[in-house]
Amino acid sequence: MTDSLVLALVVPLAGALLVTALPAHAARIGLFSVMLNTLNIALLTLGVWQHDELQLALGDWAPPLGIGFVADGLSAAMLAMTALVSLAISVYAGDYFRDPARARHFWPLWLLLLTSLNGLFLAADLFNLYVNLELLGLSAAALGALGGQRTALEANLRYLLVGLLGSMTYLLGVALIYSGFSTLDFAQLAAQLARGDAAASGLLGATALGLMVMGLALKAALFPLHFWLPPAHGSAPAPVSAALSALVVKAAFYLILRLWLEVFAPLTTQGAANLLGLLGAGAVLWGSWQALRAERLKLLAAYSTVAQLGYLFLFFPILQGLPAGETRSNLFAAVTLMALAHGFAKSGLFLAAGFVQQQAGHDRIAELGTTLQQLPATTLTLALAGTALIGLPPSGSFVAKWLLLGGAMANGQWWWVLVLLAGTLLAVAYVFRLMTRAFGLEPTPRHFFTQARAEGPALLLAAMATGVLGVATAPLWHLLGTSGGLG
Amino acid sequence: MMETLDSLLPVAILLSSLLPGLAIFMVAEDSHWLRGLLNMTGALVKLVLVGMLVWGVYHDHSYDAELVLAPGLSLVLQADALSVLFVTLSSVLWLVTTVYAIGYLEHSPNRSRFFGFFSLCVTATIGIALAGNLFTFVVFYEILTLATYPLVSHRGTPDATAGARAYLAYTMTGGAVLMIGAVWLQTLIGPVDFTQGGLLAEQPEALHGQFIIIFVLLLAGLGVKAALVPLHGWLPRSMVAPAPVSALLHAVAVVKAGAFGIVRLVYDIYGVEFAHALGLLTLLGVLASVTILYGSIMALSQDGLKKRLAYSTVSQVSYIALGASIFGPVATIGGMVHLVHQGIMKITLFLCAGNYAETLGVHKVSEMDGIGRRMPWTTLAFSVGALGMIGIPPIAGFISKWYLGLGAIKADMPWVLLVLGASTLLNAAYFLPILFRAWFREPPPHWPHEDIPRRRLETHATLLWPPLITAALCLLAGLFAAAPFSPLEWTTLIARREYP
Repeated sequence: MTDSLVLALVVPLAGALLVTALPAHAARIGLFSVMLNTLNIALLTLGVWQHDELQLALGDWAPPLGIGFVADGLSAAMLAMTALVSLAISVYAGDYFRDPARARHFWPLWLLLLTSLNGLFLAADLFNLYVNLELLGLSAAALGALGGQRTALEANLRYLLVGLLGSMTYLLGVALIYSGFSTLDFAQLAAQLARGDAAASGLLGATALGLMVMGLALKAALFPLHFWLPPAHGSAPAPVSAALSALVVKAAFYLILRLWLEVFAPLTTQGAANLLGLLGAGAVLWGSWQALRAERLKLLAAYSTVAQLGYLFLFFPILQGLPAGETRSNLFAAVTLMALAHGFAKSGLFLAAGFVQQQAGHDRIAELGTTLQQLPATTLTLALAGTALIGLPPSGSFVAKWLLLGGAMANGQWWWVLVLLAGTLLAVAYVFRLMTRAFGLEPTPRHFFTQARAEGPALLLAAMATGVLGVATAPLWHLLGTSGGLG
Repeated sequence: MMETLDSLLPVAILLSSLLPGLAIFMVAEDSHWLRGLLNMTGALVKLVLVGMLVWGVYHDHSYDAELVLAPGLSLVLQADALSVLFVTLSSVLWLVTTVYAIGYLEHSPNRSRFFGFFSLCVTATIGIALAGNLFTFVVFYEILTLATYPLVSHRGTPDATAGARAYLAYTMTGGAVLMIGAVWLQTLIGPVDFTQGGLLAEQPEALHGQFIIIFVLLLAGLGVKAALVPLHGWLPRSMVAPAPVSALLHAVAVVKAGAFGIVRLVYDIYGVEFAHALGLLTLLGVLASVTILYGSIMALSQDGLKKRLAYSTVSQVSYIALGASIFGPVATIGGMVHLVHQGIMKITLFLCAGNYAETLGVHKVSEMDGIGRRMPWTTLAFSVGALGMIGIPPIAGFISKWYLGLGAIKADMPWVLLVLGASTLLNAAYFLPILFRAWFREPPPHWPHEDIPRRRLETHATLLWPPLITAALCLLAGLFAAAPFSPLEWTTLIARREYP
């Protein structure tokens, strides 16, 4: 079973090397590697399902000397989402990057990105994380600039620099930890912190945690550190935007969640969690408001990502305030569910937006009516994705929001209810500002699909978010049931 | 084995419209036969399944299907006598309206989209009817909003877009308020399973204050769809929708979902006694009475036929809420039976209005002079519906009003009689002039747009039969009110289980 941990890195990395060596067959080899990865992740998830946790020390060197990998429920959930989303993106990209020159650049970077994502979700020590984080940032920025226009280059150069600043801040935190605790391994750190060895180490640990979270928040585009996201995600080629919004920022969020709730749990305070929640609330309101004002579809999608990440951070103050028990473990699963649902919805939305842009030649919302009405499948995709962004049933985000509301009320933290209410109504407004245009007086389209290979993957992704995840949540609860950090 | 089959039945009833609906989206626009086949198969299969359900529930069989989403959070479908009442109404009228819509939308654009959402809309309504707890109810209540939006804006004109936007603004806000109330209640007492007699009475008294606030929140959320004044603003504006949509919206789906929710809220969450003790019934009664009078008064001055019918809906649906607000079994029967009676009468009226518009291009009351001579059968059906709304025996509407009035006297609330009396006079004032025009005035030399010429029948058969059938149902429900399985008998069964 633990082989699948190694293969999660080896398969996409080998794919990246192969497509570099054989650029003529890049698309085929690339797609094949991603399929193989999906299969491997399915096995890995099955393993976690049965054994709760999979561990592996490379070369049998025990931590803190060796590099360790661990897959628990949370990692498995993120890995599975990444595998499915990247499979859909790859099918779509085969169609999108028909030009061999662009395909040659896309596939190696894309597989490298996948490698680093897998590595990040499996890493069990702070330095290993740093390496993957750096690799992720570099490949993401390079992918974002693939479009080649000046705006894209500018936006992604900024993205690259911000990403570097983020990883540097994170690395500073890691260095502090190492100086204070002489280990970077999650389990050993957690054990030391739980013992509460010295008051000094508490202060040191808190400073280090602050630095790491700040660096990661920059990468996760937490308001007000989100300024780089909309131009970068809005200007990248559609399949790349999908990956950036659905997966890359989500990886940074995942790290914050893991560090906050598991490794450094003894050091966190309600005040600090409230700060995260407050920034999240700012993101929800500001991001939604900007999405409402955006003139272009992809920019709308990008701002909506800012808002949706805000929702994820709203969970922190509520989780912090809850005692261990059913409400808290439900809430932990809910934040994961929210992240997954957003991943599927947003990638579906970006892929659909990309197809709309190809068909219309632009993505100015005010002029999209005709195109939308000619593309029933894509319009349905946008509608399903929009349903998940608003948080309406039958989407996974609805279930998550329901539990979030319940948590806030059980905690007596009423103000978050108002944030959720305002965010939901703003989301209704920005989603329907687009959808309204799909019901005009244009002639009836003849067929549901116009180009199944481009529209199909997007529709499936959106249907995962709204449909599958809104009903079949029990497996997620089972998967997360015994993973660490649960009260 | 029997156990699993029992839990499958409600799910199958849901799927019988969901699956055809999803398939219809994918059907190419020109494949009329395939689409028609999917539609009719779904509607007929559903009817058969619902027949089985009625039989089972009558014989005290229980049907439960549960899907656990998270600890303490489940989707539950179950069939009690009240849900069966609503399910039966929805599936019968779905069949009728589908036949009608196939004829009505012949040659019009975007039919795959239309029928897809039409089926989803019915699926959501069935889900609301079968919901076994508040969470499930909210899920389907919101899905209903999403599924009806495309139907309201179907025509694609600026008017339709504006109407749909108003609809959305009202219902989404209402939905959000409903959700907050529902989560709050669940936070206080755990899963809110619909329970005959309510489940709040035994809760500690310290919570009563919060229960009152929650009731107001839930009522506000439900009141939007039920079009309680002042939350009714979307309804007249959404009249731009095609006739079958208006018919379905007003008789079964949206408005009725709100009213049904109010009934669930009073009887199966709070419990009518407990709601009475908290003084909440008075609030509901006053709101309902104001709505009844306001809707009727507004209807008086509308020249657009569909607009007049829309305001009449505002008024008539509140009879259901009024029935729920009067404490006592007789009024309960009156309110609940009106759920069915208003449905069949209002659908008749809307289908007839659609026939006038589609056949002759008549949209306004002032254009209806002598229309009874050109379209006698349609006008006959219209007259049955209109007289029923006024409450003339032996049509169904009379039964509702009789029981409501009797219930009010028994509950010692004589002012309700005044409301009923005033409303009846107003009903007569806005319906009788139409009937007078239609039957006794001279027809004009030319109709505005005579699109369907007169042959053997006055209009297409698919347009004519549905309103005739529903008009017949209005008469039968009144004439045979005492027969087994009549709406009245069925609601008496519910009331007997509600007041042990």
